[in-house]
Amino acid sequence: MFLINCPYCGERDQSEFISGGEAHIARPKQPTELNDDQWAEYLFMRKNIKGVQFERWNHAHGCRKWFNVARDTSNDKIEKVYKMGEQPPKL
Amino acid sequence: MSKNLRINNKQFVDETRKLSFVFNGKKLYGYKGDTLASALLSNNIHLVGRSFKYHRPRGIMTSGSEEPNAILQIGNDDALTEPNVRATEIELYDGLICNSQNCWPSVKFDIGGINNFLSPLLPAGFYYKTFMWPASFWEKYEYFIRKSAGLGKSPTKQDPDMYDHRYMHCDILIVGGGVSGLIAAKIASDDNKKVLLLEDKELLGGSLIYDDNDISKIDNQKSSEWLKRLIDNINNDKNIIIKTRTSLAAYHNYNFLLARQNLTDHLSVNDRNNKIRQRLYKIRAKKVIISTGAIERPQIFHNNDRPGIMLASAVKKYIDYYGVRCGLENVLFTNNDSAYETALSLHNSGTKLNAIIDIRDNSSSEIVTKIKSLGIQIYWNHTIVNTKGYKRIKKVTVMKLNDKGNDVIGKKIELNCDCLAISGGWTPMVHLFTQSGGKLKFDNKDNIFVPDKTNLNQLSIGSAKGDFELDDVLINSIKDTKKFLQIENSNFDKIDVKCSKEKEKKNIWLLPSDKPLSKTKPFLDYQNDSTAKDIKLALREGFKSIEHVKRYTTTGMGTDQGKLANMHALGIVADTTNTNMGDLGTTTFRPPYTPLTFGTIVGRNVGQFFDVFRKTPMHDWHVDNNAKFENVGQWKRAWYYPKDGESMHDTVQRESKAARKSSGILDASTLGKIDIQGTDANEFLNRVYTNAWSKLQVGKCRYGLMLNEDGMVYDDGVTTKLGENHYLMTTTTGGAANVMSKLEDYLQTEWPELNVFLTSVTDHYATASVCGPNAKKIINKIFKDLDLSDESFPHMSFKEVKLGDINCRVMRISFTGELSYEINVEASYGKYIWEKCIEAGKEFNITPYGTETMHLLRAEKGFIIVGQDTDGTMTPVDLQMDWIISKKKYDFIGKRSLYRSDTIREDRKQLVGLLTDDPNEILEEGAQIVKDENKKPVNMLGHVTSSYFSPTLKKSIALAVLKEGKQLKGQKLLVPMINKTIKVTVSDTVFLDKKNERING
Repeated sequence: MFLINCPYCGERDQSEFISGGEAHIARPKQPTELNDDQWAEYLFMRKNIKGVQFERWNHAHGCRKWFNVARDTSNDKIEKVYKMGEQPPKL
Repeated sequence: MSKNLRINNKQFVDETRKLSFVFNGKKLYGYKGDTLASALLSNNIHLVGRSFKYHRPRGIMTSGSEEPNAILQIGNDDALTEPNVRATEIELYDGLICNSQNCWPSVKFDIGGINNFLSPLLPAGFYYKTFMWPASFWEKYEYFIRKSAGLGKSPTKQDPDMYDHRYMHCDILIVGGGVSGLIAAKIASDDNKKVLLLEDKELLGGSLIYDDNDISKIDNQKSSEWLKRLIDNINNDKNIIIKTRTSLAAYHNYNFLLARQNLTDHLSVNDRNNKIRQRLYKIRAKKVIISTGAIERPQIFHNNDRPGIMLASAVKKYIDYYGVRCGLENVLFTNNDSAYETALSLHNSGTKLNAIIDIRDNSSSEIVTKIKSLGIQIYWNHTIVNTKGYKRIKKVTVMKLNDKGNDVIGKKIELNCDCLAISGGWTPMVHLFTQSGGKLKFDNKDNIFVPDKTNLNQLSIGSAKGDFELDDVLINSIKDTKKFLQIENSNFDKIDVKCSKEKEKKNIWLLPSDKPLSKTKPFLDYQNDSTAKDIKLALREGFKSIEHVKRYTTTGMGTDQGKLANMHALGIVADTTNTNMGDLGTTTFRPPYTPLTFGTIVGRNVGQFFDVFRKTPMHDWHVDNNAKFENVGQWKRAWYYPKDGESMHDTVQRESKAARKSSGILDASTLGKIDIQGTDANEFLNRVYTNAWSKLQVGKCRYGLMLNEDGMVYDDGVTTKLGENHYLMTTTTGGAANVMSKLEDYLQTEWPELNVFLTSVTDHYATASVCGPNAKKIINKIFKDLDLSDESFPHMSFKEVKLGDINCRVMRISFTGELSYEINVEASYGKYIWEKCIEAGKEFNITPYGTETMHLLRAEKGFIIVGQDTDGTMTPVDLQMDWIISKKKYDFIGKRSLYRSDTIREDRKQLVGLLTDDPNEILEEGAQIVKDENKKPVNMLGHVTSSYFSPTLKKSIALAVLKEGKQLKGQKLLVPMINKTIKVTVSDTVFLDKKNERING
């Protein structure tokens, strides 16, 4: 059970949050222009790396805000927490 | 108690408080302060159990949580009895009842002991190898194997005890109240840190507190005296919270730890009433200091498991702490200096020590020199090759080691003894460190694994990190703690420690014998009866990974998790395969460190507190009117209302007939409700629903279908336009929270430019749904001024009216196909409005109906239930709901997926109706549908999703998903069941009122 530093509420227990998978995958603005492969790339393809991964988290039992987290999947260490719309940190 | 065995005047045992207890039916006595083990030993009882596989007699071996043998069944009450309790850990209380396990008819004469003589036939993997064939016999074998397996018996009745959970936060958590932990606690407290100190025993002090010899000195005082003053100091320290009888179970990431405190297990049964038995602490610590100490290793030689063979450190503790001699004729067997402290304790207590056998060539340390000066016979460079005595050790056979230490030479020497104290060195307790993700390194000097790398804010000190001598323990603990806490000076900086220093070291994982290995029984894992032979056999048979060797031989897999066995197993594997132990690694240390009861884990979350449940404002009315309830998500929903012993079927038939013939009323309060406001609310609905919302007028309602981005149906419900920029969305009962999350997600992350605000109002409104041909008359009686004409208040529209001071939102919408009104009021008026409807509907036989009748009524109309008729693989097209997909909208969630190559396949499973050839035959939901049941393998075409007997149509109806279902209308298919095959015909999904005339009354 790790601690997440919600950018709006501060440090809270993991049990207050839900994970939303990989971050920085924007929904295409013009889905109809995409062929099946391009749409499938958006819809299904997600990274699952060992190391620092950018993820979306939601403070579901708190402020209900979505934000981004850079988490090392090998030890759950959180390198950085940053708001939606902000650029991922350079690592 | 035997007078010869109990030495009096020990400060930790209160001889003024005599306690009686019953062991295997015999009444015995001990004192307050005893453990069950020390009390048994004081009665000269060593034999307490039989081993798991060979049923060999086994005795108390240790004085702590590493005990493999002395595990007993405590209590004889069906609900309170507890199996596999370590006699070395449980404190004696008056009236304690305990029994030996794994033996029949008694521990002294055990029929299973025959396995010992059959042991050549029972090697590692015996069960795997023997009961493989014929495969069909396994069920027969299993019965007998299960019968002979297992240790204690689980309680058969519900646990009546109370358990508790509590969160704790601290600056510094210290695990282990021995000398190093106490010093660290004091240093942290002096630095004004909030300290939580956990100790699994009753008292602080670890092993130093009963260290009475004159060789170890701290600041020129006896070390135990020095420690007592420190403990007094710590007990009065306001910065330190001390929890004794508290054992750390698990160390998780981010310094989150679980500890279990025993609150009543040491009390007599009568004193436990209404007290919490155990408490689980959920601890979040800024920093963690592990000072869990080390446990002594046995030595591995032939017949090293007889009752009376004990760890040397345990023999010392029983004398110095409990005042109990474990034997009157003692022999010591060691490879290191620490056993000489036991020798000194034996000597100082006037207990006879016949000889010391040491595998080393010599030792010149202070403590050994002292023992030499006492004239005790020491056999240097000797080993034990055998022991004798079936139920208690009687003799040991000793031989000289050769130069390499791999064989024995010379003459056999026999020594008498009734207690053999053995020491093979020490193993740091690194369990918690590794549980937390820490990596170990191997120390070749002491043959131990010690803490190395960690990502967490933690420190291991004392013998838990591999310091075994008093000066190292103290000085390094002080130094490391200061560094860890970034402190310059402490009150311990000038500490002066004197102690004996070990100079000679020697370690042989498997000691040689005069007999070939195959003829010996050198036990590694006492509880699981695995020997050095088994390890070698596993290696010969090709097992290489230590994890595989462990599982094949079951070494380390008992209730003690191999606390004594694992190091020797590793050592023997390393020796046999010529591997460095550091390269071999260890097996995985998993929580809990010692077993936890289920009660501790669940705490208060039992019975009605297992999960939260939600009740509607009308709940009490349903209870008063004999409703049966079903769980829908966390909601308790009225399921059906049986009258005068009606069956569920009869009730549902009656309720649905009434709803169709006159009127019914349903509590629809559980439907999810989301209040949507903002200037972009209409655009938002256009994006989240498949159909078009732009033209919806204020005061109108519309049904919407929501998809996932993959095109699959996610949720549905009616949304009402309350005002120009104000909507009320309803969702399914179970989907409410997820829909809310999904909508928030899109608004925050994909469409932050939209001016839309969402508020969950599910709990704020209560909903009574009145339906049936007489619904209009009933609503008219309640709202006399409301114009209910079809012109003013048509189907799919909404009006806001007042009933006295109550604001009512009335929607004319229908899930039953009948003329139907839903009255929404603020939740606190829910029961009032419900009773108002019941009263107004009395003359029309208004019938309350539950979810089961609701399901039947909607199925007659072919209305889907998301989650019942869909399962996350159904598109709107699959549901034959093409009409709800807007062709004009450029985009909505899931739109692009509706023409992926997979979703446009013609042969997808599609929703259809099914009619049974025999109208009285009701299909089972979930039943498979096939065309030809003879051609094997049978091709499954789909399954039944909803099935009911319709009283209005007087026949059975069903919905199903069926491969290419749209093409199969009118086709005859089969539904094979266990005893029969049901013939069905594929039909339309709408069974009743295809022209939708009933919604107008």
